[in-house]
Amino acid sequence: MAAPVTNEWKWFSALALGVSLLKCLLINAYHSTDFEVHRNWLALTHSLPLSKWYFEDTSEWTLDYPPFFAWFEFGLSHLAACFDSEMLAVQNLNYASPATVLFQRLSVIVTDVVFIYAVKECCRGVWDEKRKDLLEQPSFILATLLLWNFGLLIVDHIHFQYNGLLFGILLLSIARHFQGRHLEGAFLFSILLNLKHIYLYITPAYGIFLLRCFCFTCSNADRSVQWRSFSVLRFTVLGLIVLSTFALSFGPFIALGQLPQVFSRLFPFKRGLCHAYWAPNIWALYNVADKALTVLGVKLKLLDITKIPKASMTGGLVQESQHSVLPSVTPLATLICTLLSILPALVHMWFRPNGARGFLRCLVMCALGSFIFGWHVHEKAILMAILPYSLLAVEQKEDAGIFFILTTTGHYSLFPLLFTAQELPVKILLMLSFTVFSFTSLKQLFRKGGRLLSTSEAVYLLGLVPLGLVCECVYPLTTWQKSFPFIPLLVTSVYCALGVIYAFIRLYILLFTFTDCGTEAKMKSQ
Amino acid sequence: METWSLISVCVFLGLTTRWAVSFNSYSGAGKPPMFGDYEAQRHWQEVTVNLPVHEWYFNTTDNDLNYWGLDYPPLTAYHSLLCAHVAKLIDPTWVELYASRGHESPSHKLFMRATVFIADLVIYIPAVLLYCFYLRDGSAKRRVAVALCILLYPGLILIDYGHFQYNSVSLGLALWAVVGLGLGQDLLGSVAFSLALNYKQMELYHSLPFFCYLLGKCVKQGLTGRGLFLLLKLSVTVLLTFALCWLPFLSDPGQVLQVLCRVFPVGRGLFEDKVANTWCSLNVLIKIRTILPSQIQLLCSFVLTLLAALPSSVKLLAKPTLWQLKLALVNSSLAFFLFSYHVHEKSILLPALPVCLLINDLPLMSIWFLLVSNFSMLPLFMKDGLLMPYVVTTLGFLFFSVYLLSALERTTVAELRLESYQRLTHACLPTLNLCSVVKWKFFLSLVGMAALSLASMLLDPPAALPDLFPVLISVFSFLHFLGLFVYFNLVQLTEPSGRKNQKKAN
Repeated sequence: MAAPVTNEWKWFSALALGVSLLKCLLINAYHSTDFEVHRNWLALTHSLPLSKWYFEDTSEWTLDYPPFFAWFEFGLSHLAACFDSEMLAVQNLNYASPATVLFQRLSVIVTDVVFIYAVKECCRGVWDEKRKDLLEQPSFILATLLLWNFGLLIVDHIHFQYNGLLFGILLLSIARHFQGRHLEGAFLFSILLNLKHIYLYITPAYGIFLLRCFCFTCSNADRSVQWRSFSVLRFTVLGLIVLSTFALSFGPFIALGQLPQVFSRLFPFKRGLCHAYWAPNIWALYNVADKALTVLGVKLKLLDITKIPKASMTGGLVQESQHSVLPSVTPLATLICTLLSILPALVHMWFRPNGARGFLRCLVMCALGSFIFGWHVHEKAILMAILPYSLLAVEQKEDAGIFFILTTTGHYSLFPLLFTAQELPVKILLMLSFTVFSFTSLKQLFRKGGRLLSTSEAVYLLGLVPLGLVCECVYPLTTWQKSFPFIPLLVTSVYCALGVIYAFIRLYILLFTFTDCGTEAKMKSQ
Repeated sequence: METWSLISVCVFLGLTTRWAVSFNSYSGAGKPPMFGDYEAQRHWQEVTVNLPVHEWYFNTTDNDLNYWGLDYPPLTAYHSLLCAHVAKLIDPTWVELYASRGHESPSHKLFMRATVFIADLVIYIPAVLLYCFYLRDGSAKRRVAVALCILLYPGLILIDYGHFQYNSVSLGLALWAVVGLGLGQDLLGSVAFSLALNYKQMELYHSLPFFCYLLGKCVKQGLTGRGLFLLLKLSVTVLLTFALCWLPFLSDPGQVLQVLCRVFPVGRGLFEDKVANTWCSLNVLIKIRTILPSQIQLLCSFVLTLLAALPSSVKLLAKPTLWQLKLALVNSSLAFFLFSYHVHEKSILLPALPVCLLINDLPLMSIWFLLVSNFSMLPLFMKDGLLMPYVVTTLGFLFFSVYLLSALERTTVAELRLESYQRLTHACLPTLNLCSVVKWKFFLSLVGMAALSLASMLLDPPAALPDLFPVLISVFSFLHFLGLFVYFNLVQLTEPSGRKNQKKAN
């Protein structure tokens, strides 16, 4: 490994530079309202005192990220002033001059450096074998899967968000755990939580892992916990790190007595079960089942039309919805479902810990479980499972198969995010190149272990092609587009939900049946 | 990874780049009354779909030739007609006579971009792939790398998807002709080239090598036997193709003459704007246009062009191989670009195409040429608001071509094909290391291009010299083109007679 590092990582810089240039080309592409959201945050953090950050409501896009992200915007706003100071006025709603667009786009591209660095660290962490062909080297495949990730590209660089920075910190934290630098990993993760609280979903995996594998220093021979090995020092240091990060973040607001206001902005439970466009999860299936039962009930005269509540789940607005036949779902119910869905994985990690790899697997399951059962989940949240899972996909054939199903359906479900005709070719081309690359490279990597996908899985995934043709090209030309614009979205999320849930089940089966001897043997040989 | 998936990923990347460039502005966007090439193409659709064929090239009450009159050969007109019919289906106001002049809307832009995209996808890209996979030897990975580099050449992308033109059609057809000749399908090749010539008259730049190659082949087979038969077959094919393209105009000689007058506008002057050719660069020192009468200018440029193209054509005639054909294409089109009459800056794409074909044989020199050719169009890109895509695609091409083709490592004297030149210099300068000299020149030239690009983006020219940067850019590029013209001629003319036309691939 100590051999000429410069040569070894030349391909890495090529990959990173290539994707950065591609990002620059997308500067003039369509951007969603998230662009205005972040401009507004730039403006309000720049022109208002700290005490007003979480009270300001000139724009409907109020600040609803934790304080560190507000500080990040505050820092950016000073650079923004060099580009166009007009964008920093809170009253300037929907301001998008060319300089503003350039600045905001560049800020995403430049902060992606964190992501690139994290990917490099991750590539060092995976079990790598030198192969003659660079294209078959696991670290090369992993770097491409992460750097050129289709979802991240379109969500960050077309739709507009700062996920590259956030996932960079997450991956870096994971890489630190792989390298055994657990305190650093924990520190990074607590920073991440204070940047965007959606990562609370994977906190259980972090908590159990740090407690079990870091605070307890030894295990018995059968991998059960050795209660006496609990290290108070480690526990204290860990607690101090986490608490001090949170104190730094929320402390000022506690001092100002604004904590309830901040929390009401961070956790708006007024929103509905599903986002305007349903994320491909269990609730999409639930909604459809409810609709189908309603129609059936009316047909069979079991239901009275006048008594059915007007459901507006697909109206395009974020609203609370009621179901007509099935019981309506409350936030508490989704919370319980989520916890139940990830509990077996957490218990498994406690009793049969498998180092950083076991932790990563558990993290992916937490992310996926909360995606499937969570309240008001965005389709973009699937990236939280896809990106970390890439690390496991290049190490083991079973994971590669599941990963491919998960990424393809998860990425496809992002299609409705870009609905403009101009971006249609780009999203299709990028999706195709990512999918073709991931499939062929993973197939080649594990060519000795048999097929990656079973026939039925392949047929299901190929079904996405006609689905895409109909939903993206044919349906918009028909007259139904006017009266039922939500049908393609509904079909897409239901179809993808099947794949995502299937991947989740397969992951559980793998967790409980596979003994990890493959990876263990590999790790020992390393 | 299998080759097919590598190829498809490369093609997808090339297409993504193209489409992403098309998000940007086009020539003459929001600039009434004349707008730019985008409006010209739209106007041709309007004219061809609304007027009968015999009025297309004539100045009539319905067809004002001063407002972007049709000045390309018939095939372009037919292409416009085809696009116009599609446009009419989508939104008839896009091509309404008179009323649609200067029409601009996001949906129309999308439509126009899509027509370029489709033409590219159907003609140019398959030709590139065919060239890379049937005519090149070497590992699959190397071929894919060559294909990617050719597909990422920024000049063509920026002109077609930024500025707005359909160069990928004419260049693609010319490439089909090269592929046809390379595969031994001479008839197919000559049909493809005739079509290219009927799409854009600028393809004349490439015509000498094609002619000499085919003639040389006939001569080789014996002009009394099989060669004569081949010659006859070829001439009939070419004549038929031309006749087919000109069919609607053949009824009246006046029509043909008028089309020719429109296609070759000799009255438009020796050069226009700032072009990196001899005349414009010489103009800095001597004002030729005022000294010489226009007839003499025309004659002068004609003779010089022929003289410059002659050596490579004669060599090709004597030795009709694919390798010679590619070099002759470069030399002839460069000679036309440097010396012929009324050259546009965009015409540098014509030499750039055959240079793309040499990118694996002479990596460093080809990349150098392609970069300069792209740089020479910078003033145009700046006028069109394409600065960002220019910078991004140029950096991408520079980095990936140098990295993927290991251009900086493959620089021995043999690989640069400078053996004969070295023998010459060895006599007077025995210690001279030719390879490092070339590399240093390459780096210096990169620095020069970067500096001039930055200067013209950031600095205001002095009031007395408003055209300072465009002139500097064109003279800088001209010197490079001249030097590389000599180099490519040297490579072609000094090729030993026994050498195989295709080099061993590394």
